[in-house]
Amino acid sequence: MMLAQAESMLHTDIPTLVGGLALLFGIMLLLVRAIAGPTNYDRILAMNAIGTKTALFVALLGFITERPAFLDIALAYAILNFVGTIAILKFIRHRRLG
Amino acid sequence: MSGILIIDLVLLALVLITAVATVESRNLFAAAVISSIYSLLMACFWTSMDAVDVAYTEAAVGAGISTILLIGTLVLTGTRETVRRIVHWPALLLCMAVGGVLIYGTLDMPAFGDPHAPAHEHPLYAGYTKQDIRKAPGSKGAEAYEASLTAARDGEHEAHGEDTEHSEHGEHNGNAHQDYFHGHVPNQVTSIIVAYRGFDTMFETCVIFCAGVGMIVLLRGRRGNPMKGGLL
Repeated sequence: MMLAQAESMLHTDIPTLVGGLALLFGIMLLLVRAIAGPTNYDRILAMNAIGTKTALFVALLGFITERPAFLDIALAYAILNFVGTIAILKFIRHRRLG
Repeated sequence: MSGILIIDLVLLALVLITAVATVESRNLFAAAVISSIYSLLMACFWTSMDAVDVAYTEAAVGAGISTILLIGTLVLTGTRETVRRIVHWPALLLCMAVGGVLIYGTLDMPAFGDPHAPAHEHPLYAGYTKQDIRKAPGSKGAEAYEASLTAARDGEHEAHGEDTEHSEHGEHNGNAHQDYFHGHVPNQVTSIIVAYRGFDTMFETCVIFCAGVGMIVLLRGRRGNPMKGGLL
């Protein structure tokens, strides 16, 4: 019983840990660029990439917990991220959302 | 220590770094972008806490609309912060005191995901919510609902000796075939939002009211010509 429990924990925990920590390491590197970034375009790119990482994180959690519906949520995050970045860039370029 | 807990801790450390960077940043455009990143990280955290709806709201409002509003403000005002940093000690102490009280309040809460938490086991909430959902008009579970109601009624007299709990959850009309809210709120969504989570909804409304009052106080009588500032 204990062995089966430990084995199942291993199966769910190791991919969670490795995948999640890899994603978080990527987010950390992007965060350095967003905070220190010399130009504002670095920051916008970092924000966009972190949005992508968020979508990946949601997809990873859905994969780990075996809930495929999370993939749809990840797609929605990707669309949201795209629209948000476009809106920010348009605002900077044209000074309005027209 | 489970894997998801380690991930949560790392994620929260990143959130903390982001929050400090937002406050400390002199470049206001950078602060707007970093606060957007803060919302994205919080969305990750909410998802990992299994609150997917909250996470999506956080991403849409915090990283989407709020960032655009902040950058729209920056277009009007300029992107450099005026250097004036005074630490208002009473305000800081008040914030820390309120934070300490809130943390003290969480000590009494059940552990995260505890199946024996009162929210899952309290007969009033757990039993009746299930019944309310089952007794939807035209649903197949109407007879099963009647049967379960009989069972729950027997259990109810044991579980609720005190009248204090009755009084705060609407009036009990005495009919044995009806629970506290049946007949008052026939709609299920309304029943859950207004009857079962009435206090929650009330204080959410208070928060929105305070936000509205704050906006009115801030924006009243400020119709001068906005400073023209450069962005990028």
